[in-house]
Amino acid sequence: MRRRPILAIAIPLLVSALVAGGAAAQDRAVAFIGAEVLPISGPAISGGVVVVKGGTIAAVGPAATTPVPPDAERIDCAGKVILPGLVDTHSHVGGGAGGDASGPIQPDVRIVDSINVRDAGFRKARAGGLTTLNIMPGSGHLLSGQTIYAKLRPAATIDDFFIRDADGRPLGGMKMANGTNSQRDPPFPGTRSKSAALVRQKFLKAVDYRRKLAEAGDDATKRPDRDLEMEGLLDVLDGRVIVHHHAHRADDLLTVLRLRDEFGFKVVLHHASEAWKVADRLAAAQAPCSVIVVDSPGGKIEAMDLSLATSGILEKAGVPCAIHTDDPVTDSRLFLRTAGLAVRGGMSREKALEALTLAGARMLGLEGRIGSLDVGKDADLVVLSGDPLAVRTKVLETWVEGRKVFDRADPDDRLFAVGGFGASRDQKAQACCTDDSFTEAK
Amino acid sequence: MIIAAPRPTVLVIAAATLLAAATARAVDPAAPPLAVFGDTVYTMAGPPIERGVVLIDRGRITHVGSALDVPIPPDAARLRAAVVTPGLLDAHTAVGLTGFLNQEQDQDQLDTGEPIQPELRAIDSYNPRERLVAWLRGFGFTTLHTGHAPGALVSGQTMVVKTAGGSADEAAILPVAMVAVTLGDDARPDDEKKSPGTRSKAVAMLRGELVKTQDYLRKRDLADPEKRPDRDLRREVFADVLRGALPLLVTVNRATDIDAALRIAAEFRIRIVLDSAAEAYLVADRIKAAGVPVIVHPTMRRGGMGETENISFETAATLRAKGIPIALQSGYEGYVPKTRVALFEAAIAAANGLTTEQALAAITVDAATILGVADRVGALKPGLDGDVALFDGDPFEYTTHCVGVVVDGTVVSNERW
Repeated sequence: MRRRPILAIAIPLLVSALVAGGAAAQDRAVAFIGAEVLPISGPAISGGVVVVKGGTIAAVGPAATTPVPPDAERIDCAGKVILPGLVDTHSHVGGGAGGDASGPIQPDVRIVDSINVRDAGFRKARAGGLTTLNIMPGSGHLLSGQTIYAKLRPAATIDDFFIRDADGRPLGGMKMANGTNSQRDPPFPGTRSKSAALVRQKFLKAVDYRRKLAEAGDDATKRPDRDLEMEGLLDVLDGRVIVHHHAHRADDLLTVLRLRDEFGFKVVLHHASEAWKVADRLAAAQAPCSVIVVDSPGGKIEAMDLSLATSGILEKAGVPCAIHTDDPVTDSRLFLRTAGLAVRGGMSREKALEALTLAGARMLGLEGRIGSLDVGKDADLVVLSGDPLAVRTKVLETWVEGRKVFDRADPDDRLFAVGGFGASRDQKAQACCTDDSFTEAK
Repeated sequence: MIIAAPRPTVLVIAAATLLAAATARAVDPAAPPLAVFGDTVYTMAGPPIERGVVLIDRGRITHVGSALDVPIPPDAARLRAAVVTPGLLDAHTAVGLTGFLNQEQDQDQLDTGEPIQPELRAIDSYNPRERLVAWLRGFGFTTLHTGHAPGALVSGQTMVVKTAGGSADEAAILPVAMVAVTLGDDARPDDEKKSPGTRSKAVAMLRGELVKTQDYLRKRDLADPEKRPDRDLRREVFADVLRGALPLLVTVNRATDIDAALRIAAEFRIRIVLDSAAEAYLVADRIKAAGVPVIVHPTMRRGGMGETENISFETAATLRAKGIPIALQSGYEGYVPKTRVALFEAAIAAANGLTTEQALAAITVDAATILGVADRVGALKPGLDGDVALFDGDPFEYTTHCVGVVVDGTVVSNERW
């Protein structure tokens, strides 16, 4: 039985204009007035006001008690709903690719070095209300490389998407996977136990490398040669970088936690199709889960017990739960829909909206900057035409750091929101769909 | 296996005894009538009825109307829900031939040994116990147009089945519905040395088959039995196509390929139904003039590259506004998720230009009309099969549940995750 890759790879090499953004970062305040404001970190505010200035949120509250600066640009949002910009913990938008076929563990490889910021997928993501993405390499490796946390500002180069730490270093995670996607012919593993053994061996090597560095201290003559793979793993071992770990089956999820506890890294479990079977253990381990919500089970054996009930079961068990797009597996423009389906499956509305925002921000270690509408956080927000979980609601505007990056009233933006002729220019096959997992069901 | 979670509350008055395994399609003559009450009943045969009821007896609908007007037999079983619709139709899927595990043993939707195999019958592969059939049924689908998938120039036949029944024969209501044709990139075999290797070659091969069949028919009618050709299954299927008894279901996406399909239909005066048709909005006037219906791609189908790069959420609405008959489908999926759900695809179409009733029609009465089964299913009116879907709210809302599914007057399931 032949199976085709679901997405063809022949792409016209069109060059698009730069993303049409709003005005440059404004010193002038902007006030969104009269919306139902859903800050996520607190209760809904009817007839609320959000004031943004200098790229951050200056004020949030009820109209009666939230003064609007006299010089502010006032945007009437009566009848509309405002949410924080949506945070996608797992995206493959931008045509990036990580590790190649040379080996199963490639911590030196950075997704940053392959992303095209002009890819139409970014415009579609903005049209869905997404403002921050964790852009990941695929799941065809035990460790496929370094991910990047991207803020969807207007961009000429990937650097314009960076979220930097205090030292100016771009923030990102490390992508790992177990189960069947990363199994193939040697040097890749052929079984689950081999997968864990290869990972364990590599981390032990990194532990040794760290010890040698410590022993050398300030003596440069004793210091081991620089090793980009080891440096990548040290970021993980030292807790500077969070592991984003693809895993479906219940036993695979627990294997990840076994390795986590052995080496002491921080990890978020991604997809977590069978998390509902071991929710109590995940709760006890306080293992955050970023789940995928799709329209049916199956497609591969690991996903046979995938359930719409997972998010609600995790919520009730007390497991931190976010939802991701895995774009192109689900469409970024329909990210809100996945929260609606999670509610259909038993999650509370409150936690479902948190799963698209603050819960995801926490899983990226960015909760101090994004994920909720709080004074001092980045001015990332989405203006909706109504209830976020209603099918007919539209994303009207998306703002990143006080700049409008999507406006449904703009015909060019609208094309990317609904599709049509030219709406996919420059859009490229993403890493997750060109590896073996998508062409060969395992 | 997947049912670890609590189910939504089923608003059932006396349905416990009705929940039966979805095997027996033979209607039990001793079974009591079933009255299905809805705060809103979308009959799809007229305006919605507020506080309506559908009465089913011996598998067929006998009365539809206001609950105040329809006399309910005292022995009738009763169901109630906020919204009642006809049992839903998925206008095109491969479910039942393609299975959810996506392993060798459950994938029978495509044989690529030869590019042209119209003699492959869907009924010889359809597995009524496939979990994806139950999955779709759980969202209200009682009828599927399923069969051989896109991916070869002529991949085989399709059929129309009910989502109940323990065998393909019991499930089938139209054992041979259409012949599945693919034009464009997906018609190309993986082996570059094999034909068709180009769009023009694919059309030439299809045209050649139809011409050969014309010759076959001419020779079959020769006076001298010695000169008549041997029976040829492939020719017999194409003969049904040429005499208008069997439409071609032509899966296409680019406008170029839609035009080619219309050209073939006009040349041989055959019936075709366009399938997927991502760029149909570019050639809507020609589709309209040809009188060809379109089973539009799943609204949420992945686009972004290749032949579907220009896909739009608004195509169903655009074509409908032109007066082109449309239906919606779950389509074929090769990975996760293993099937889409046409109810969800209709919901997104309803959010992008179709009215609620137009979107419902695309998965009920309009789909039944295009498939040629409107005398059996697709609407709630006396004489039609007793197929009903029950919802606890707007069927298109993400957070609504399908709380009951009735096939031939028997409650078969409610929504499962």
